[in-house]
Amino acid sequence: MVTLKIDGREVQAEEGKTILEVARENNIYIPSLCYHEEVTPYGACRLCLVEVTGNGRERLVVSCLYEVADGLKVKTNSERIAANRQMIMELLLARCPNNQAIQELARQLGVEKTSFKLDDNQCMLCALCVRVCQEVVGVSAISLVNRGVDRALATPFYEPSDVCIGCGSCAYVCPVDAIRFEDIGDTRYIYWPNNKMEFKLKKCKTCGNYWAPEKELEYIRKQANLPADAFDNCPDCRE
Amino acid sequence: MAKTKTKRLSSPQELEALRELIVKGRDPNQSCIVICGGTGCLALGAQEVINAFKQEIEKGSLKNKLALRVTGCPGFCERGPLVVIKPKNILYQQVKSEDISEIVSATVKGNIVDRLLYTDPDTGQKITYEHEVPFYKKQKRLLLGDNSNIDPTIIEDYLALGGYATLSKVLFKMSPDKVIDEVKKAGLRGRGGGGFPTGVKWESCRQAQGDTRYVICNCDEGDPGAFMDRSLMEGNPHSVLEGMLIGAYAIGSHQGYIYVRNEYPLAVRNAGIAIKQAGELGLLGKNILGSGFDFSVKISRGGGAFVCGESTALMASLEGKVGEPRAKYVHTVEKGLWEQPTNLNNVETWANVPLIIKNGADWYAKVGTEGSKGTKIFSLVGKINNTGLVEVPMGITLREIIYDVGGGIPDNKKFKAVQTGGPSGGCIPESSLDLPVDFDQLTDVGSMMGSGGMIVMDENSCMVDIAKYFINFLEGESCGKCVPCREGLKRMSQILTDITEGRGKEGDIELLERLSATLADSSLCALGSTAPNPVLTTIRYFRDEYEAHIKDKRCPAGVCRELVTYLIDEENCPGCGLCVKACPVEAITDMGKKKPVVLDQEKCIKCGACYDVCKLGAIIRK
Repeated sequence: MVTLKIDGREVQAEEGKTILEVARENNIYIPSLCYHEEVTPYGACRLCLVEVTGNGRERLVVSCLYEVADGLKVKTNSERIAANRQMIMELLLARCPNNQAIQELARQLGVEKTSFKLDDNQCMLCALCVRVCQEVVGVSAISLVNRGVDRALATPFYEPSDVCIGCGSCAYVCPVDAIRFEDIGDTRYIYWPNNKMEFKLKKCKTCGNYWAPEKELEYIRKQANLPADAFDNCPDCRE
Repeated sequence: MAKTKTKRLSSPQELEALRELIVKGRDPNQSCIVICGGTGCLALGAQEVINAFKQEIEKGSLKNKLALRVTGCPGFCERGPLVVIKPKNILYQQVKSEDISEIVSATVKGNIVDRLLYTDPDTGQKITYEHEVPFYKKQKRLLLGDNSNIDPTIIEDYLALGGYATLSKVLFKMSPDKVIDEVKKAGLRGRGGGGFPTGVKWESCRQAQGDTRYVICNCDEGDPGAFMDRSLMEGNPHSVLEGMLIGAYAIGSHQGYIYVRNEYPLAVRNAGIAIKQAGELGLLGKNILGSGFDFSVKISRGGGAFVCGESTALMASLEGKVGEPRAKYVHTVEKGLWEQPTNLNNVETWANVPLIIKNGADWYAKVGTEGSKGTKIFSLVGKINNTGLVEVPMGITLREIIYDVGGGIPDNKKFKAVQTGGPSGGCIPESSLDLPVDFDQLTDVGSMMGSGGMIVMDENSCMVDIAKYFINFLEGESCGKCVPCREGLKRMSQILTDITEGRGKEGDIELLERLSATLADSSLCALGSTAPNPVLTTIRYFRDEYEAHIKDKRCPAGVCRELVTYLIDEENCPGCGLCVKACPVEAITDMGKKKPVVLDQEKCIKCGACYDVCKLGAIIRK
């Protein structure tokens, strides 16, 4: 265990944890968009910037990647931090002016409008969907393609993915609702910013409801080594 | 050159014996024609010159009288293709294949071809010898000097000059700690841009916990206008290998990588040949020189992404992943390539190592300033008379580099600024020309050493346009991972484009400054955090130019087309018609002799061809 100070408050933390993790455990708010406890931290949105003082040196670091250390002093807000967060929100607001989640976070951080020309995106490229698809689901159906300002979220070559199982984890984890899915009749539709896919849903043998994509169930069945009839019934009709 | 039969060397004595054998087989007084086969001279037609020399020597059966050596870059690219006659060091410049028979016959007779000598522009005097040419006089060519003594594809050339003897000394007479101490004492700082003390880095890597350790040579130089590392790797690859070997021994590494961009085909080729030849002689591989020390080097070719010169992105790329940087809160010397302790240095840093160990830290530290020791290679380009590669002692002033070595600005134009440190360096104005060049001084004026690019600008350069150029470059090279760099550079580029096209508004300068502060503070890697430098320095030193663009919709240098208008001064125009011929879009009409020409503003594309061609000042640029 190490002892550190966050905003003047002394807290105990496990070694190896990041400042953001420890702050959340202690109910200290640090804004962030690209962090999720289930996947490897990425450090791309830069909103979780904090000021740390250790070894007599003060510097800005991103709290989702910086590990706690004994005697570390952390400031989660200051004029400098606020100025950086506000500029980042101005940039995101210019990229995604019509995204409600981003508008809301911008307001919360004191940004009402952006100084830049407006684009019209929904996705802000935090790669949470990509990381969940790879690290949690384990299929890597989507990735970030192209470089720099042309960066985009897509399936390989923007074509329907062979490996996507239609589970919708990407939509679930997206912090700004840039990915959606809906089930209509016997079909699931997943809408990414640059492409769309359809999946056939499995019908429950007992109640007749369509309840999950066939590909997803087949994937889980194989991963968990379950018998062929494991998912014949939906969870409600299972014994 | 006679090739010695290769045999694995198994002791320092065998290495020394081989060196003596090579030296004995060579007559130091024999005339040797040295031709630069570096990329610059090849582009100017050096291959034809090389072929012509071969034919001429063959034709006259002069093989015993004249040796021929194709080497790497000696630096004076402006005057290429370059030919030097050794051992006297007679320099012939801008040599063409039709000059060859004259050079050969003069050389055999001991004469000199006067017309191919360099003329000093100040005195009008012809200069015979290479070392007397002003371009070379103020240089201190510790690293580049051997380029013209070595055919990089022949390891014997390097051995003849005592190559690998320093490695031998290290392996048998020095402990790893002693090597690290020596490098620390020499004060060598990383030449790739950061300027981190090399010895300290090595020590951290040696002390880090890990199963294995790696050393990497960064030859991913990608700055526009820079070719320092390229020329070293092309011209003297064994000096880089020897440096890596010494470093690997000091750190305790047995595997090295040279990460070189594939757009440097000659560097890739020569590094490959050097690794093969060193391996055949037992200078790489298992049990080097019988010391028990093993070390191998592999080449990894980069795909040409600028960001892959950043150490963590480079390592990701080497691992076969997308070349994107990661946060360096855990240093690469602790967890680098494949999560193992990894020491990365750039080409020039590695090439300095054998020199330091051979001559001692005290000798090395005599050159340079308090905080920056040794020499630095710069590629001097832009509006400068002597374009080329220059190696100067740290602490030399910018003025000396630009005027004494570089020969000043062409066409007697006025100097305006020099951009140092690559695309994320800063533009330094005339008032700072007497600045001694070292890592810290350049940082103080808002620029940086970077890897050593130096781009000179004259009065005809628009500083807003220059800032836009570098920001556009960086925007194209940003990996796109973090928000400030990806989105911030895009917005900077938009604002600068608006300013140069007449759409600048009040508040743009302040917005650029605010944006710059965020990029510097919060970007993930150095590409983003240093990217604002060209913008901030041009605002700091040339704010009036920004204001002229924004407030008066005027480009003082006459570069930004949307802000420039060309007019005919009817009083002064004699109707000579020169401008009519020069105009590429037929916007100017000849109205007959002694009548002023007429310029159609609708058709004019504002290229300035008429302005450049008119000697009477009858074209007005507003």
